[in-house]
Amino acid sequence: MAQITMREAISQALMEEMERDEKVFIMGEEVGVWGGTYAVTRGFYDKFGGKRVRDTPISEMVIVGAANGAAMAGLRPVAELMTINFAFVAMDQIVNQSAKLHTMFGAQITVPVVIRAVGGGGRQLAATHSQTPDVVFAHFPGLKVVAPGTPHDAKGLLKAAIRTDDPVMFIENATLYQMRGEVPDGDFVEPIGVSKVQRPGSDVTLVAYSKMVQYSLQAADELAKEGIDVEVVDLRTLRPLDMGPVIDSFKKTNRAVIAEEGWRSYGVGAEVASRLYEQAFDYVDAPIRRVAQKEVPLPYNRKLEQMALPQVGDIVEAVKGVL
Amino acid sequence: MEKKELLRMYREMVIIRRLEERASELYQQGKIGGFLHLYIGQEAVGTGVVSARQPKDRLLTAYRDHGIAIAAGIEPKVAMAELLGKETGCSHGFGGSMHMADVTKNYWGGHAIVGSHLPFAAGMALADQYNGSDAATICFFGDGATNIGYFHESLNLSKVWNLPVLWVCENNNYGMGTSVERASAVKEIRQKAEGYGMANSRVDGMDVLKVHEATADALEYVRENGPYLLEAMTYRYQGHSMGDPERYRTKDEITKWEEHDPIGIFRKYLIDDKVASEKDLDKIDQGAAHEIDEAVEFAEASPEPTFQELVDSVYVEGVG
Repeated sequence: MAQITMREAISQALMEEMERDEKVFIMGEEVGVWGGTYAVTRGFYDKFGGKRVRDTPISEMVIVGAANGAAMAGLRPVAELMTINFAFVAMDQIVNQSAKLHTMFGAQITVPVVIRAVGGGGRQLAATHSQTPDVVFAHFPGLKVVAPGTPHDAKGLLKAAIRTDDPVMFIENATLYQMRGEVPDGDFVEPIGVSKVQRPGSDVTLVAYSKMVQYSLQAADELAKEGIDVEVVDLRTLRPLDMGPVIDSFKKTNRAVIAEEGWRSYGVGAEVASRLYEQAFDYVDAPIRRVAQKEVPLPYNRKLEQMALPQVGDIVEAVKGVL
Repeated sequence: MEKKELLRMYREMVIIRRLEERASELYQQGKIGGFLHLYIGQEAVGTGVVSARQPKDRLLTAYRDHGIAIAAGIEPKVAMAELLGKETGCSHGFGGSMHMADVTKNYWGGHAIVGSHLPFAAGMALADQYNGSDAATICFFGDGATNIGYFHESLNLSKVWNLPVLWVCENNNYGMGTSVERASAVKEIRQKAEGYGMANSRVDGMDVLKVHEATADALEYVRENGPYLLEAMTYRYQGHSMGDPERYRTKDEITKWEEHDPIGIFRKYLIDDKVASEKDLDKIDQGAAHEIDEAVEFAEASPEPTFQELVDSVYVEGVG
């Protein structure tokens, strides 16, 4: 097994799927000649050519819309949005079209599209380029929303996303691209809609996804020094949400903290906590806590931006708070 | 054109009109819900364009979609069942008036967010180009849709990638109640294609044979050269949708257009050219009315879809 970066893991998944299936192609802004604004598709244009690695105009509505159409017609497009913030420009296509077409026409139309979008704050890009609005997409039945927190899962889940016949919003976090992790060589697929225990423990259930999985693992290491044994459960998919491993863990620990990078209100933490109260109320030993972004648009100023974003220390504190 | 095909086209236009007239009644009786946008007055566009396509050519349209659905080959009883929300409808009763489709007939809907299906057309044409097919995608939309970003992004992309799309603007003079003059910077919609260096033309959308001919030429162009915009000048005799107060136009204006009724024009042509007698055409009219009566009976007798069917239609693949 090789240690590779998140960027390499995503790139490998795309490359292998394009080699496996002629119908898979990439379209988006600067994915081709430029090599991808985050260098995920570097070398793809030279290898596959302009037919399968398609640079588009700056037209998010038609990037997602034409990908929807190509998917309806039997191709398997991977449409890249340069950042998830631009997804709002294409919101009608994602919400009113990708998510609805299969149901609305009585299941005769399928839309096997993958929309790759990178989000996350912490890079001093100010309010419109720093959002983590993943829950927005998870609100809509008909979409699958995947947001991996490790290189291993990024590779396996992107392959699954490309192979499923349903539309998938595949959300990456820009500050994770350089992160390394063990990834098996060659082909493997991780199932969409299955949560996973990333670190076993017995005292507190710490639920997270995407970047907060890494923060949670760091927090767990710190807490272990104080003799607190944390179990980290990675949701990996926000819709459909698999509560199984979360509830199993909670029945063991009776205490939970949920960490997300996005805003607290109406967030993943609210959803998971609510489901725990609904489905495992008899096991609750302490009020469930949430760690999330402060309720402000993120500023350019580095210090203030970091103050608004959830930190490892916030997770450590929250875990201690439920003990 | 052969006599048989001319009479088929005539019958189709009459079927569309009868279907719409009955739909209007059923709406007033509360049997059809939601929004209902009638195609009455625009029949020559749907029939004229679709009669020129090959089965491999894809069709898409907006929410005023019953006429295109019939022209695409959806049976009137299946369209009527969809209007009544029945399981036997072309979209299983999940789509309703604005969302009719039958992909086995290469008819891809029926789309109700203005302009949203124009990128689909680009993507479908891309798929055909990608697969080395010489199929074209025919995309209908109204004059109002040419003021939304989708139109411009889609036309631009279709030209940049040289996609085989025939863009068909059904210019019925009004986007809901706002006239073209009040909403569009240019009065001739076809001029907008010029901005994208795209070939274009205008046709009398009330004359089914002129529409057929213009479409045949345009499709030949599309297969050889790439995208083309055809603007068909037409008129809807009914309101935008049911319950339209119609404060934006006069009775005189409607009457003037009704004198150019597409079915009347075609009927006169068929009689003058001795393709058929008045009696022959009356017989077709009666047959069409009878078929629509049967369609209503079929739709009313059909079962409702179940809630489980709806749940099972959210995703293709079961999830873990």
